[in-house]
This record gives sequence, structure tokens and C-alpha cells, in this order.
Amino acid sequence: MQMTDKPIRPDELRDLLMDKTAGAYCSFEGWIRNRNDGHAVERLEYEAYCPLAIIEGEKVIAEAKKRFPGLQAHCVHRYGMLEIGECAVWVGVSSEHRDEAFVACRYIIDEVKSRLPIWKKEYYADGNSGWVNCERCAAHAAHD
Amino acid sequence: MSKSITVRYFALFRENAGTSEEKLSLDVATAADLYEQLQHRHGSLDARAHCKVAINDEMSAWDAPLADGDVVLLFPPVAGG
Repeated sequence: MQMTDKPIRPDELRDLLMDKTAGAYCSFEGWIRNRNDGHAVERLEYEAYCPLAIIEGEKVIAEAKKRFPGLQAHCVHRYGMLEIGECAVWVGVSSEHRDEAFVACRYIIDEVKSRLPIWKKEYYADGNSGWVNCERCAAHAAHD
Repeated sequence: MSKSITVRYFALFRENAGTSEEKLSLDVATAADLYEQLQHRHGSLDARAHCKVAINDEMSAWDAPLADGDVVLLFPPVAGG
């Protein structure tokens, strides 16, 4: 688990997961989009409490690895001000077969969204701003 | 008996409290007690069920006991990704 205020480079991160025993690789990228709940969004600011975000993220990855022995997994999350189109979070996993790669990747991104101390503030085109309340992320993870 | 507790606020909580950190002397047994007292103090914290708490940099349960000198981190509903 890594927290960074620099742009995420998925191609470089993918190479870290290359393994001769792996026949499958799956990744997820979360991007900044220009609309949310009907509001035009201009940029997003992520605040994180990095010491605990890293610890909790490592726990999530360890849980995935325990469930799928042999899995390789990595996650990077941005903090600071991000522009539309930038990558906010990246999850990558490699494994022997594709089934566990898909499931583990999904597990990691859902848990990361609902458990890590990270918050986002949207800056709207009309000049207003607001913290995003992500109760639906928690509800989603609970159902998985 | 009152305890010296350092409270750190994040994101929405920090903006509502108008400060990122305050040192308080409070008669509280658990993190939940602290949260309740701070709700009265700031009147703007979210429903506790959606929030998280860490004590001395460890994620904790709301019924975790507080000791004199503890640093309590209050996290509003998270929204990573």
C-alpha cells in the first residue's frame, strides 16, 4: 500500500506484479470524472491520514492474499488536488488464474474505499465545494 | 475524574470544529463518551455509526476505554477511491 501526492503511473506499477507463476493480471483505476450527483465538478481534493491509511491498506491486501494463496497485490492512492481525468487510485493483482485475480481486485478496491481514512472534497463549476459522503461505498462493501 | 485528551479532527470534522486539534480535559470513559460530549460542544458531528475512531494511531472500537494523555483521531465518513 502506498500513498502519494505524485501522478500514478499504472504501467510502471504493473511491472512490479510480473511473476513467472502468474497467468492472470487484473487492475482497477479510479479516475476523476467531471460530474457527480448532477453537479459539474472541476477538480477534487483528497485528504488522507497517511500513517493509518497505509496500515489499513496493508491489512486489506493481507486479507486478499490470505484468501488467495500465491496472489500478488499492490495499491496506490493519491492525495492532494487532482484534476479531471487523473488517476486517484490504482489496484493491481496477479495470480495463477483469472478468477481469483478478478475477485481479489474487486475486494481490495471495495475495502480500500470503505475503510481507509481518506476523504474527498469536490470543487464545483458554480464555485461551491463539498465533502463527499461515501456511505454507499460502505454499504456496498458490506454486501460483498 | 477528568482526563487530558488530545482530539484531532479530519476533513469535514476539522472544518466544523474550526481547528485540526484541541487538548481537552474531560470526564469520559470511552471513545463513544468523548464523541457524545464533542457533539454537544460542536453540534455538527455526523451520526457515529458512519464515523471511525483511532486511539494513539490505532483504529479502535467506539467502546474502547480512554486513558489520560490519549490522542484520539476522529474520522468522518470516509470516501477514498
